[in-house]
Amino acid sequence: MPKVTYIETSGKEHLVDLPLGATLMEGAVQNDVKGIVAECGGSCMCATCHVYVDDAFLDRLPDMEEEENEMLDGASAERRANSRLGCQVRISNQLDGLIVRIPDKQ
Amino acid sequence: MKPRIVIVGAGHGGIQAAASLREEGFEGDITLLSEDPALPYQKPPLSKGYLQGKQTDEAILFRSANWYTTNQIDLQLGVSATHLDPATHQLTTSAGDTLTYTHLILATGAANRRLPLPGADEVLYLRTLADAQQIGDRLAQAERVAIIGGGFIGLELAAVAVEKGKAVTVIEYQPRLMQRVLPPVISDVFGRTHLQHGVQLRLGVGLQAIQKQGHSHTLTLTDGQSLTADLVVAGIGVIAETGLAASAGLVCEDGIRINEYGQTSVPDIYAIGDCAAHDNPYAGKCLRLESVQNAVDQAKTVVSHLLGNPRPYRAVPWFWTNQYHLKLQMAGISAGFDTYVIRGDEAADKFSVYYFKAGKLLAVDSLNRPADHLNARKLLEAGVTPTEAQITDLIFNLNGVL
Repeated sequence: MPKVTYIETSGKEHLVDLPLGATLMEGAVQNDVKGIVAECGGSCMCATCHVYVDDAFLDRLPDMEEEENEMLDGASAERRANSRLGCQVRISNQLDGLIVRIPDKQ
Repeated sequence: MKPRIVIVGAGHGGIQAAASLREEGFEGDITLLSEDPALPYQKPPLSKGYLQGKQTDEAILFRSANWYTTNQIDLQLGVSATHLDPATHQLTTSAGDTLTYTHLILATGAANRRLPLPGADEVLYLRTLADAQQIGDRLAQAERVAIIGGGFIGLELAAVAVEKGKAVTVIEYQPRLMQRVLPPVISDVFGRTHLQHGVQLRLGVGLQAIQKQGHSHTLTLTDGQSLTADLVVAGIGVIAETGLAASAGLVCEDGIRINEYGQTSVPDIYAIGDCAAHDNPYAGKCLRLESVQNAVDQAKTVVSHLLGNPRPYRAVPWFWTNQYHLKLQMAGISAGFDTYVIRGDEAADKFSVYYFKAGKLLAVDSLNRPADHLNARKLLEAGVTPTEAQITDLIFNLNGVL
């Protein structure tokens, strides 16, 4: 299974194995990563699973749909070039080793 | 004695209460009772992605089984609360245990309203994972599906069923879809879209009788017409689960009555979510809200109060539904509006409706305009009303008025 490292704002790291097809949001919630709220449960409705992904992986991520793009504009923390909604990024083998940072607020 | 908080119900409210207690440093015992035998899961996807087959059983779990262990949450599955004695702080469970609590949180949710008709015993209802699995199995075999009720659940089911190639009829007693919560400017888009996808809409008629003949059901409507279906599902609203609270003497009036901190008429018993009747500042009256937002935010309110950091419940209500390409996000409560202003492109099903009452922004419904929705929640929370010119100017960033 691909491995993903989540880094909380406190600096605490979680190295977790994620099954193929799971989303970054699901991986965070199931593994008790703090700072991912995911209020709507992965429906791309609330923008509370905002993450910053490692720049080295940007071109390997699934493309961003327009609705995710618009939701990110309304996210609570600063939007950056590497901002994604965790619920919209599904794990593939190409993402093995991905590092994900959690923003300071959701 | 070590404090012990017992939570009854493991939907969004119950799970959030347990999670927040641990996150906020509560070190006492937490017992979480769930009548449902399944590991706690989210209900909103059941009528959408889960039935479509896009979300698996694992994907809709709130947390892994391991989470409850590592957070020392005593999760009791398939166990309900059978008797509550506020005087002795004791709760009896269906497992035969008597639990002594320091505080109790009732997150008992709501039960489906059932059709009060003879012959309706084979009608299916959707609330639990087991219900969704049964509906999914039956849907796979069915050709003609009748859905009683043109509210969120019924229409989400209709969209799933028609996209699976079924012949679908929706029967709604009101003259419009989702009439209770949406004005025509939005509900008409949904009506038109269902028709375009081939759903038959029977509006303004009720169901008079159901008769089973072999594997199919004949439904007789109040206008005298009839139709047949091999699967009938009803989504006709819910009734708050207040039985335990009422029999213990807690004040109930269409829901368990709570104050702004989530306390019931017995101060060490709290109620949250669908079952809780509260004075909502955005509605300007006492009501129950059946939503993820309300359950989650009331859970946080209760935990803050329990841990000595009281903050009254003032969260902006929000809701959503997904049907076909239509993604509707609602912020605030629009009932009682006197005017509205539209932002966006109605012809493209991509617009938001800003509702006003006496010149003040009351609510915003956003159809395929997610950024408007997130912004609307901020506007409503801040109590800021943008001007009509600002709303209709698509170049203007509404965040700018905050």
